Amino acid sequence: MTSSAAVPRSPSRRLKTWLLSDSPESVFHARCQRLYLGWRVFSINPIAMTGLLIIVSLVLAAALAPLLTQGDGTEQVLSRRLLPPGAEHWFGTDELGRDIYDRIVWGSRITLYIVGLVGVLVVPIGLVIGTVAGYVGGWVDNVLMRFTDIFLAFPRLILALAFVSALGPGIENAVLAIALTTWSPYARLARAETITIRNSEYIMAAKLQGASGWRILYGHIAPLCISSVIIRLTLDMAGIILTAAGLGFLGLGAQPPLPEWGAMISTGRQYLLDQWWVATVPGIAIFVVSLGFNLLGDGLRDVLDPKGGGTG
Amino acid sequence: MAHSGNPIAGTGTGSSPRLFVARAANLLFTLSLTFVGLTAITFIIGRVMPADPVLAIVGDRAPKEVYEAMYVKLGLDKPLIQQYLIYLVNVLQGDFGKSIMTTRPVLDDLIRFFPATFELASIATIAGVFIGVPMGVVAAVRQGRLTDHIVRVVGLIGYSVPIFWLGLMALLVFYARLEWLPGPGRIEVYYDGIVEPTTGFILIDSAMQKEWEVFHNALSHIVLPAAMLTTFALAYIARMTRSFMLDQLNQEYVITARVKGLSEMAVIWRHAFRNVLIQLITIIGLTYASLLEGSVLTETVFAWPGIGQYITNSLFNADMNAVIGGTVVVGICFVGINMISDALYRIVDPRARR
Repeated sequence: MTSSAAVPRSPSRRLKTWLLSDSPESVFHARCQRLYLGWRVFSINPIAMTGLLIIVSLVLAAALAPLLTQGDGTEQVLSRRLLPPGAEHWFGTDELGRDIYDRIVWGSRITLYIVGLVGVLVVPIGLVIGTVAGYVGGWVDNVLMRFTDIFLAFPRLILALAFVSALGPGIENAVLAIALTTWSPYARLARAETITIRNSEYIMAAKLQGASGWRILYGHIAPLCISSVIIRLTLDMAGIILTAAGLGFLGLGAQPPLPEWGAMISTGRQYLLDQWWVATVPGIAIFVVSLGFNLLGDGLRDVLDPKGGGTG
Repeated sequence: MAHSGNPIAGTGTGSSPRLFVARAANLLFTLSLTFVGLTAITFIIGRVMPADPVLAIVGDRAPKEVYEAMYVKLGLDKPLIQQYLIYLVNVLQGDFGKSIMTTRPVLDDLIRFFPATFELASIATIAGVFIGVPMGVVAAVRQGRLTDHIVRVVGLIGYSVPIFWLGLMALLVFYARLEWLPGPGRIEVYYDGIVEPTTGFILIDSAMQKEWEVFHNALSHIVLPAAMLTTFALAYIARMTRSFMLDQLNQEYVITARVKGLSEMAVIWRHAFRNVLIQLITIIGLTYASLLEGSVLTETVFAWPGIGQYITNSLFNADMNAVIGGTVVVGICFVGINMISDALYRIVDPRARR
């Protein structure tokens, strides 16, 4: 209502005043404002921006892989085995004469595929179990949380190992194994959030309007749990990548000739002493990507969860 | 800080013996439920494993009758639930079955392999605490300054690096190139068997028997794998210490202490840090437990004869009893350590004792 005080000239100025005005006029307006304010906190944080840059590069590398490489990373040129990094092969070649740069770029697709699938599996399971337990309470809560605690108490990597060896090696099974050992903290998190929200006034209001339990759960409670679940997921991504790489390293993840980074380290291990680059380069790739997710998660926590203890 | 394991769950207000009994019963119930769940899931995994346990024993050229006899002998013809119950009863009596690979009882194997893992995880945890805690405190005190950022980045690096790869790189640099440290393994072959195992910890055994040459050799072998695990422990502990310390430094009693004219060192270490210490118990317990299980990859890289290597080797050989036994034992240690740290927390913190 005070917007007519001074009419800004340039469109970017006008956009800015629109984004910063004290009285949002619609839900859309309010959402844009919140995004913008979050972005302002986020974008002055160098750590978070570095993380974002890394993840955006990863996504771009995965999307543009055919343009960035000459082959699909599986062509073998046996006359060019184990060449050191140079002008023609930036990261050198491996024991079958495959270009390591190509394989790293194509491997980014596998990495994204794994973390994406794990996220898609883990978040709904955790949300459903956690919100139902927290909202319904009583014996349902008890049973669900005991069940969650059992999974929480498990040695995760060893359980994932056992799962994969039972299901047989392969990417999908590795994803399933990781998801089965990762979902439990999300259920706990969602339950804790639900319990704090459960008795708030707007939930009462929704109840008075006759909303059913399910409607309250997925319409009013679950959306509020999302932000902490997303932060947790971003911070967990690095762990997921490391576990997947570890499974690949042990030969239980993606199978050859797929250019999975952990499996690449495993083959490079035999040539470690004389051809160091074969094992070194994929390790750096794993490190950079998981560092990116950690940095991004840290920054996101600062933006979305101001009480989380981070500094801006 | 959303973290698993809630140490202050159920801090009631009354303090009657009845409450205590109720809590003890609850604890016992949780423990047994976790145990049953742990064994059930690992048992099911072991049973659906595609590898045929009968073939692993009799070989693939055995006649059909021998195969059938072994099938019945292993109890595989019974319903799954009955097989599980038999297994559970045996486990409760300390019988995990026989390992196909080593032909010894699994429990004996586990007892033989466990100290190596235990030694490694203990050293890494201790090192992680002694380096990580001061780092976290300093970072919190100098919040937002360069020191804080450095500690934060170091922590994030420790979190992000694939430990098995770091291990390979460390071997490449310190063993192959610089030749400062020995290669994989727990001890040089020609020192093997000199020291009588009493505790199973080579370092302690050799020191007790004054075999200093063996001690030095074992020490030089443990440096690299322990350093790898320390990287992870350090990152986690420093990060949590920083965030706990920040919470405390914003409390009003810290202002009071400052107003009273106490020196900054006294405020930080005598007032704020003492409260952090209590919270750290849980974190250290969690670190320890996760190092016990997380050393699988490190043990593989450094050929460390611990329980992680035992489990992975058994996995590849379809040695079902060994896999299940190992997983159950590691799981029990995992749960046990967390429970002990919870109990310690209650003892140390008067607020949680009520």
